[in-house]
Amino acid sequence: MDLILRIAGIGIIVAILHLVLSKSGREEQAMMVSLVGVVVVLMIVAREIYKLFETVKDLFSF
Amino acid sequence: MEIVQITALGIIAAVLIVVIKAQRPELALLASIAAGILIFSFIIGKLSAVLSMLDNYSKKINIDSIYITTLLKIIGIAYIAEFGSEICKDAGESAIASKIELAGKVIIVFLAVPIVVSLLELILRIIP
Repeated sequence: MDLILRIAGIGIIVAILHLVLSKSGREEQAMMVSLVGVVVVLMIVAREIYKLFETVKDLFSF
Repeated sequence: MEIVQITALGIIAAVLIVVIKAQRPELALLASIAAGILIFSFIIGKLSAVLSMLDNYSKKINIDSIYITTLLKIIGIAYIAEFGSEICKDAGESAIASKIELAGKVIIVFLAVPIVVSLLELILRIIP
């Protein structure tokens, strides 16, 4: 359950930072922040997907 | 009651995803993948109980284990292919989704070939 809340939290923080940075004129830093956010969440979700596929492999005796 | 937790989790995830989707659609997609994985983790216990019961009875009736393992493998492949193609559809990439489904079907047919062959041989033996 906390996984979703963590991802949503990261998403909201990245969105706000992106907005603040882009409003204050620093476009490239805004882009960097959103890229970092996407990479972090991607790492988290990739680990979850790996765990899912491992369990499916064990379950269905691949 | 598991179903209440699962439904609550799904609704909360959907709301959070809608919040994120406006600014960061890619994070919304990743959040929906995470929600899907979490919901699946709820039912793993029940699924493994059913599968182990299936294994026990298939051993008792001494059905050839090749059939049961192939059947389970096909179910697993179908689930993973459907999981991937639904995520691609959510992301709007329906072309990739149909390719994943096609690959899943081909692999399943490939796995089903030995069973079909053994069935045909059985039929040929019966008909002189």
